[in-house]
Amino acid sequence: MNEAGLIVGMFLVTFSVRYLLFAVAGKVHFPGWLITGLNFVPPVVLTAIIMPAVLVPRGELWIGVNNPWLLAGLFAALVSFWRKDLLTTIIAGMLFFVVLRFGFSF
Amino acid sequence: MSSQILSQTVTAIKRREMLDGAKATLPLIVGAIPFGIIFGTLAGPSGLSAWGALAMSVIVFAGSAQFIALGLMAAGAAIPVIIATTFVVNLRHILYAANLVPKVRHLPQRWRLMMAFGLTDETFAAVSNRFLLQENTTHAHWFYLGSWLAMYSNWVLCTGLGIGLGELFPDMTHWGLDFAMSVTFIGMVVPYLKSKPMWGAVIVAAAMAMATLGLPHKLGLMVAAICGISTGLSMHLLLKRNSAQEPSHE
Repeated sequence: MNEAGLIVGMFLVTFSVRYLLFAVAGKVHFPGWLITGLNFVPPVVLTAIIMPAVLVPRGELWIGVNNPWLLAGLFAALVSFWRKDLLTTIIAGMLFFVVLRFGFSF
Repeated sequence: MSSQILSQTVTAIKRREMLDGAKATLPLIVGAIPFGIIFGTLAGPSGLSAWGALAMSVIVFAGSAQFIALGLMAAGAAIPVIIATTFVVNLRHILYAANLVPKVRHLPQRWRLMMAFGLTDETFAAVSNRFLLQENTTHAHWFYLGSWLAMYSNWVLCTGLGIGLGELFPDMTHWGLDFAMSVTFIGMVVPYLKSKPMWGAVIVAAAMAMATLGLPHKLGLMVAAICGISTGLSMHLLLKRNSAQEPSHE
Protein backbone atom coordinates (compact mmCIF):
# COMPACT_ATOMS: atom_id res chain seq x y z
CA MET A 1 0.00 0.00 0.00
CA ASN A 2 1.53 3.30 -1.11
CA GLU A 3 0.66 5.44 1.91
CA ALA A 4 2.43 8.60 0.75
CA GLY A 5 0.52 8.57 -2.55
CA LEU A 6 -2.75 8.01 -0.72
CA ILE A 7 -2.16 10.88 1.72
CA VAL A 8 -1.01 13.33 -0.97
CA GLY A 9 -4.01 12.40 -3.13
CA MET A 10 -6.43 12.83 -0.25
CA PHE A 11 -4.84 16.18 0.60
CA LEU A 12 -5.13 17.43 -2.98
CA VAL A 13 -8.84 16.62 -3.37
CA THR A 14 -9.72 17.87 0.13
CA PHE A 15 -7.79 21.13 -0.16
CA SER A 16 -8.95 21.95 -3.69
CA VAL A 17 -12.60 21.53 -2.68
CA ARG A 18 -12.06 23.84 0.31
CA TYR A 19 -10.01 26.44 -1.62
CA LEU A 20 -11.87 26.58 -4.95
CA LEU A 21 -14.44 29.24 -3.99
CA PHE A 22 -12.02 31.23 -1.82
CA ALA A 23 -9.60 31.41 -4.75
CA VAL A 24 -12.15 32.90 -7.14
CA ALA A 25 -14.03 34.70 -4.31
CA GLY A 26 -17.26 35.84 -5.86
CA LYS A 27 -16.01 36.12 -9.46
CA VAL A 28 -17.81 32.92 -10.46
CA HIS A 29 -21.46 32.08 -9.82
CA PHE A 30 -22.79 28.56 -9.64
CA PRO A 31 -26.24 27.64 -10.99
CA GLY A 32 -28.94 27.22 -8.36
CA TRP A 33 -29.57 23.53 -9.06
CA LEU A 34 -25.90 22.75 -8.36
CA ILE A 35 -26.00 24.44 -4.95
CA THR A 36 -29.28 22.62 -4.17
CA GLY A 37 -27.75 19.31 -5.26
CA LEU A 38 -24.73 19.85 -3.02
CA ASN A 39 -27.10 20.14 -0.04
CA PHE A 40 -27.90 16.45 -0.41
CA VAL A 41 -24.27 15.31 -0.44
CA PRO A 42 -23.48 15.01 3.30
CA PRO A 43 -26.59 13.05 4.46
CA VAL A 44 -26.57 10.83 1.37
CA VAL A 45 -22.88 9.88 1.62
CA LEU A 46 -23.04 9.34 5.37
CA THR A 47 -26.15 7.14 5.01
CA ALA A 48 -24.43 5.02 2.38
CA ILE A 49 -21.61 4.45 4.89
CA ILE A 50 -23.87 3.77 7.89
CA MET A 51 -26.07 1.12 6.21
CA PRO A 52 -23.45 -1.61 5.63
CA ALA A 53 -21.72 -0.73 8.93
CA VAL A 54 -24.83 -1.59 10.97
CA LEU A 55 -26.43 -4.27 8.74
CA VAL A 56 -23.23 -6.10 7.74
CA PRO A 57 -20.95 -5.57 10.78
CA ARG A 58 -19.21 -8.92 10.39
CA GLY A 59 -19.12 -9.49 6.67
CA GLU A 60 -22.58 -11.07 6.37
CA LEU A 61 -26.05 -9.56 6.30
CA TRP A 62 -27.34 -9.66 9.88
CA ILE A 63 -30.93 -8.47 10.37
CA GLY A 64 -32.25 -9.46 13.78
CA VAL A 65 -32.86 -8.38 17.34
CA ASN A 66 -29.52 -9.92 18.35
CA ASN A 67 -27.46 -7.55 16.16
CA PRO A 68 -26.16 -4.87 18.60
CA TRP A 69 -24.90 -2.63 15.75
CA LEU A 70 -28.42 -2.49 14.25
CA LEU A 71 -30.27 -2.05 17.56
CA ALA A 72 -27.91 0.64 18.88
CA GLY A 73 -28.04 2.39 15.49
CA LEU A 74 -31.86 2.56 15.65
CA PHE A 75 -31.66 3.73 19.25
CA ALA A 76 -29.16 6.47 18.31
CA ALA A 77 -31.45 7.64 15.49
CA LEU A 78 -34.37 7.90 17.96
CA VAL A 79 -32.23 9.86 20.43
CA SER A 80 -31.10 12.16 17.64
CA PHE A 81 -34.69 12.84 16.50
CA TRP A 82 -35.64 13.52 20.09
CA ARG A 83 -32.73 15.67 21.31
CA LYS A 84 -31.20 17.00 18.05
CA ASP A 85 -27.81 17.10 19.73
CA LEU A 86 -24.75 15.35 18.30
CA LEU A 87 -22.86 14.80 21.53
CA THR A 88 -25.95 13.40 23.34
CA THR A 89 -26.56 11.05 20.41
CA ILE A 90 -22.96 9.78 20.41
CA ILE A 91 -22.85 9.17 24.17
CA ALA A 92 -26.33 7.56 24.37
CA GLY A 93 -25.71 5.39 21.30
CA MET A 94 -22.30 4.20 22.50
CA LEU A 95 -23.61 3.42 26.02
CA PHE A 96 -26.52 1.44 24.58
CA PHE A 97 -24.13 -0.43 22.28
CA VAL A 98 -21.69 -1.27 25.07
CA VAL A 99 -24.52 -2.52 27.33
CA LEU A 100 -25.93 -4.74 24.54
CA ARG A 101 -22.58 -6.10 23.47
CA PHE A 102 -20.92 -6.64 26.83
CA GLY A 103 -23.81 -6.54 29.34
CA PHE A 104 -25.78 -9.18 27.43
CA SER A 105 -22.75 -10.47 25.47
CA PHE A 106 -24.56 -10.53 22.13
CA MET B 1 4.50 57.50 19.09
CA SER B 2 0.78 57.38 18.37
CA SER B 3 1.29 54.93 15.50
CA GLN B 4 3.25 52.69 17.86
CA ILE B 5 0.41 52.73 20.36
CA LEU B 6 -2.03 52.04 17.56
CA SER B 7 -0.07 49.00 16.35
CA GLN B 8 0.06 47.72 19.92
CA THR B 9 -3.73 48.01 20.17
CA VAL B 10 -4.15 46.21 16.85
CA THR B 11 -1.90 43.39 18.07
CA ALA B 12 -4.00 43.14 21.22
CA ILE B 13 -7.20 42.98 19.16
CA LYS B 14 -5.77 40.21 16.97
CA ARG B 15 -4.74 38.20 20.03
CA ARG B 16 -8.19 38.73 21.58
CA GLU B 17 -9.87 37.52 18.35
CA MET B 18 -7.69 34.39 18.21
CA LEU B 19 -8.48 33.51 21.82
CA ASP B 20 -12.21 34.11 21.28
CA GLY B 21 -12.07 31.90 18.19
CA ALA B 22 -10.45 29.06 20.12
CA LYS B 23 -12.98 29.47 22.96
CA ALA B 24 -15.98 29.42 20.61
CA THR B 25 -14.72 26.14 19.13
CA LEU B 26 -14.23 24.38 22.50
CA PRO B 27 -17.65 22.64 22.72
CA LEU B 28 -17.13 21.29 19.20
CA ILE B 29 -13.62 20.13 20.09
CA VAL B 30 -15.07 18.07 22.96
CA GLY B 31 -17.14 16.18 20.39
CA ALA B 32 -14.09 15.61 18.19
CA ILE B 33 -11.91 14.11 20.96
CA PRO B 34 -13.32 10.54 20.91
CA PHE B 35 -13.46 10.74 17.11
CA GLY B 36 -9.72 11.51 16.87
CA ILE B 37 -8.75 8.87 19.42
CA ILE B 38 -10.79 6.18 17.70
CA PHE B 39 -9.30 7.14 14.33
CA GLY B 40 -5.83 6.57 15.82
CA THR B 41 -6.74 3.19 17.35
CA LEU B 42 -8.42 1.89 14.18
CA ALA B 43 -5.56 2.94 11.87
CA GLY B 44 -3.23 -0.01 12.57
CA PRO B 45 -5.86 -2.75 12.24
CA SER B 46 -7.15 -1.14 9.03
CA GLY B 47 -3.70 -1.37 7.44
CA LEU B 48 -2.41 2.19 7.90
CA SER B 49 0.94 2.60 9.68
CA ALA B 50 1.27 4.77 12.80
CA TRP B 51 3.23 7.40 10.85
CA GLY B 52 0.73 7.21 8.01
CA ALA B 53 -2.14 7.85 10.41
CA LEU B 54 -0.38 10.81 12.01
CA ALA B 55 0.62 12.23 8.61
CA MET B 56 -2.98 11.89 7.42
CA SER B 57 -4.26 13.95 10.35
CA VAL B 58 -1.48 16.56 9.90
CA ILE B 59 -1.75 16.88 6.10
CA VAL B 60 -5.32 15.99 5.12
CA PHE B 61 -7.17 17.16 8.27
CA ALA B 62 -10.63 15.87 7.35
CA GLY B 63 -12.24 13.76 10.07
CA SER B 64 -15.03 11.88 8.33
CA ALA B 65 -13.03 11.40 5.11
CA GLN B 66 -10.16 9.92 7.14
CA PHE B 67 -12.53 7.48 8.86
CA ILE B 68 -14.02 6.42 5.55
CA ALA B 69 -10.52 5.97 4.10
CA LEU B 70 -9.75 3.54 6.95
CA GLY B 71 -12.94 1.60 6.27
CA LEU B 72 -12.10 1.39 2.58
CA MET B 73 -8.49 0.31 3.29
CA ALA B 74 -9.71 -2.43 5.61
CA ALA B 75 -12.01 -3.61 2.84
CA GLY B 76 -9.07 -3.69 0.42
CA ALA B 77 -10.14 -0.80 -1.84
CA ALA B 78 -7.70 0.62 -4.41
CA ILE B 79 -6.04 4.01 -3.76
CA PRO B 80 -7.83 5.88 -6.61
CA VAL B 81 -11.17 4.69 -5.18
CA ILE B 82 -10.26 5.99 -1.71
CA ILE B 83 -9.21 9.36 -3.15
CA ALA B 84 -12.39 9.63 -5.27
CA THR B 85 -14.50 8.81 -2.20
CA THR B 86 -12.63 11.46 -0.18
CA PHE B 87 -13.52 13.97 -2.88
CA VAL B 88 -17.23 13.09 -2.75
CA VAL B 89 -17.35 13.11 1.06
CA ASN B 90 -15.67 16.54 1.23
CA LEU B 91 -17.85 18.17 -1.44
CA ARG B 92 -19.97 19.58 1.39
CA HIS B 93 -17.14 22.02 2.18
CA ILE B 94 -17.97 23.90 -1.03
CA LEU B 95 -21.19 24.99 0.68
CA TYR B 96 -19.28 26.30 3.68
CA ALA B 97 -16.87 28.17 1.43
CA ALA B 98 -19.79 29.65 -0.54
CA ASN B 99 -21.17 31.06 2.71
CA LEU B 100 -17.85 32.61 3.71
CA VAL B 101 -16.89 34.04 0.30
CA PRO B 102 -18.26 37.56 1.02
CA LYS B 103 -16.08 37.63 4.17
CA VAL B 104 -12.78 36.71 2.49
CA ARG B 105 -13.01 38.84 -0.64
CA HIS B 106 -10.82 41.60 0.84
CA LEU B 107 -8.13 39.24 2.16
CA PRO B 108 -4.85 38.43 0.40
CA GLN B 109 -4.46 34.95 -1.14
CA ARG B 110 -2.14 33.72 1.64
CA TRP B 111 -4.96 34.23 4.16
CA ARG B 112 -7.43 32.49 1.89
CA LEU B 113 -5.07 29.50 1.48
CA MET B 114 -4.67 29.26 5.23
CA MET B 115 -8.42 29.55 5.87
CA ALA B 116 -9.21 26.94 3.22
CA PHE B 117 -6.89 24.40 4.85
CA GLY B 118 -8.70 24.79 8.18
CA LEU B 119 -12.25 24.72 6.78
CA THR B 120 -13.85 21.88 8.78
CA ASP B 121 -17.46 21.32 9.90
CA GLU B 122 -16.53 22.52 13.39
CA THR B 123 -14.67 25.70 12.44
CA PHE B 124 -17.41 26.63 9.99
CA ALA B 125 -20.01 26.23 12.74
CA ALA B 126 -17.93 28.36 15.14
CA VAL B 127 -16.97 31.16 12.77
CA SER B 128 -20.33 31.53 11.03
CA ASN B 129 -21.70 32.87 14.33
CA ARG B 130 -18.86 35.39 14.55
CA PHE B 131 -19.07 36.44 10.90
CA LEU B 132 -22.83 36.57 10.53
CA LEU B 133 -24.13 37.67 13.95
CA GLN B 134 -21.54 40.23 15.04
CA GLU B 135 -20.58 43.51 13.45
CA ASN B 136 -17.06 44.78 12.79
CA THR B 137 -15.45 41.86 10.99
CA THR B 138 -12.21 43.74 10.18
CA HIS B 139 -10.13 41.34 12.28
CA ALA B 140 -12.50 38.36 12.19
CA HIS B 141 -10.04 36.30 10.14
CA TRP B 142 -7.89 36.12 13.28
CA PHE B 143 -10.91 34.61 15.05
CA TYR B 144 -11.02 32.02 12.25
CA LEU B 145 -7.30 31.32 12.69
CA GLY B 146 -7.75 30.79 16.44
CA SER B 147 -10.69 28.44 15.83
CA TRP B 148 -8.97 26.17 13.35
CA LEU B 149 -5.62 26.10 15.16
CA ALA B 150 -7.43 24.87 18.30
CA MET B 151 -9.34 22.29 16.26
CA TYR B 152 -6.22 21.22 14.37
CA SER B 153 -3.92 20.78 17.35
CA ASN B 154 -6.61 18.79 19.16
CA TRP B 155 -7.16 16.55 16.13
CA VAL B 156 -3.45 15.79 15.71
CA LEU B 157 -3.00 15.25 19.47
CA CYS B 158 -5.98 12.86 19.72
CA THR B 159 -4.79 10.91 16.68
CA GLY B 160 -1.42 10.42 18.39
CA LEU B 161 -3.14 9.42 21.63
CA GLY B 162 -5.29 6.90 19.76
CA ILE B 163 -2.27 5.38 18.00
CA GLY B 164 -0.59 4.92 21.40
CA LEU B 165 -3.71 3.39 22.97
CA GLY B 166 -4.13 1.06 20.01
CA GLU B 167 -0.59 -0.24 20.47
CA LEU B 168 -1.06 -0.62 24.25
CA PHE B 169 -4.39 -2.46 23.92
CA PRO B 170 -4.38 -4.32 20.59
CA ASP B 171 -7.68 -5.97 21.62
CA MET B 172 -9.46 -2.60 21.40
CA THR B 173 -10.36 -3.26 17.78
CA HIS B 174 -12.46 -6.28 18.78
CA TRP B 175 -14.48 -4.18 21.20
CA GLY B 176 -16.67 -2.95 18.36
CA LEU B 177 -15.57 0.66 18.78
CA ASP B 178 -16.03 1.09 15.04
CA PHE B 179 -19.64 1.71 16.10
CA ALA B 180 -18.51 5.15 17.32
CA MET B 181 -18.20 6.21 13.69
CA SER B 182 -21.67 4.89 12.76
CA VAL B 183 -23.28 6.59 15.74
CA THR B 184 -21.54 9.90 14.96
CA PHE B 185 -22.73 9.77 11.37
CA ILE B 186 -26.28 8.91 12.48
CA GLY B 187 -26.24 12.00 14.68
CA MET B 188 -25.06 14.06 11.70
CA VAL B 189 -27.68 12.73 9.23
CA VAL B 190 -30.83 13.04 11.36
CA PRO B 191 -30.90 16.88 11.57
CA TYR B 192 -31.00 17.01 7.75
CA LEU B 193 -34.25 15.01 7.62
CA LYS B 194 -36.66 17.94 7.49
CA SER B 195 -38.06 17.84 3.95
CA LYS B 196 -39.54 15.25 1.59
CA PRO B 197 -36.69 15.54 -0.95
CA MET B 198 -34.15 14.95 1.83
CA TRP B 199 -36.03 11.86 3.06
CA GLY B 200 -36.26 10.60 -0.51
CA ALA B 201 -32.54 11.14 -1.11
CA VAL B 202 -31.53 9.35 2.10
CA ILE B 203 -33.92 6.38 1.62
CA VAL B 204 -32.75 5.81 -1.97
CA ALA B 205 -29.10 6.11 -0.90
CA ALA B 206 -29.66 3.59 1.92
CA ALA B 207 -31.36 1.09 -0.39
CA MET B 208 -28.75 1.51 -3.13
CA ALA B 209 -25.88 1.15 -0.66
CA MET B 210 -27.26 -2.26 0.34
CA ALA B 211 -28.10 -3.31 -3.24
CA THR B 212 -24.59 -2.51 -4.52
CA LEU B 213 -22.57 -4.17 -1.74
CA GLY B 214 -21.32 -6.75 -4.22
CA LEU B 215 -19.57 -4.18 -6.44
CA PRO B 216 -15.74 -4.24 -6.36
CA HIS B 217 -13.65 -1.51 -4.70
CA LYS B 218 -16.65 -0.34 -2.65
CA LEU B 219 -17.87 1.50 -5.75
CA GLY B 220 -21.40 1.03 -4.39
CA LEU B 221 -20.85 4.08 -2.17
CA MET B 222 -20.46 6.25 -5.25
CA VAL B 223 -23.48 4.69 -6.99
CA ALA B 224 -25.63 5.13 -3.87
CA ALA B 225 -24.53 8.76 -3.49
CA ILE B 226 -25.30 9.62 -7.12
CA CYS B 227 -28.72 7.90 -6.99
CA GLY B 228 -29.58 9.61 -3.69
CA ILE B 229 -28.55 13.09 -4.87
CA SER B 230 -30.45 12.69 -8.18
CA THR B 231 -33.57 11.60 -6.29
CA GLY B 232 -33.39 14.51 -3.86
CA LEU B 233 -32.71 17.05 -6.58
CA SER B 234 -35.53 15.73 -8.82
CA MET B 235 -38.01 15.78 -5.95
CA HIS B 236 -36.90 19.30 -4.99
CA LEU B 237 -37.34 20.60 -8.56
CA LEU B 238 -40.71 18.84 -8.98
CA LEU B 239 -42.07 20.24 -5.71
CA LYS B 240 -40.84 23.69 -6.62
CA ARG B 241 -42.51 23.52 -10.04
CA ASN B 242 -45.80 22.27 -8.54
CA SER B 243 -45.89 24.98 -5.91
CA ALA B 244 -45.14 27.59 -8.57
CA GLN B 245 -48.06 26.32 -10.68
CA GLU B 246 -50.59 26.12 -7.87
CA PRO B 247 -51.57 29.81 -7.68
CA SER B 248 -52.45 29.79 -11.41
CA HIS B 249 -55.25 27.24 -10.77
CA GLU B 250 -57.17 29.75 -8.71
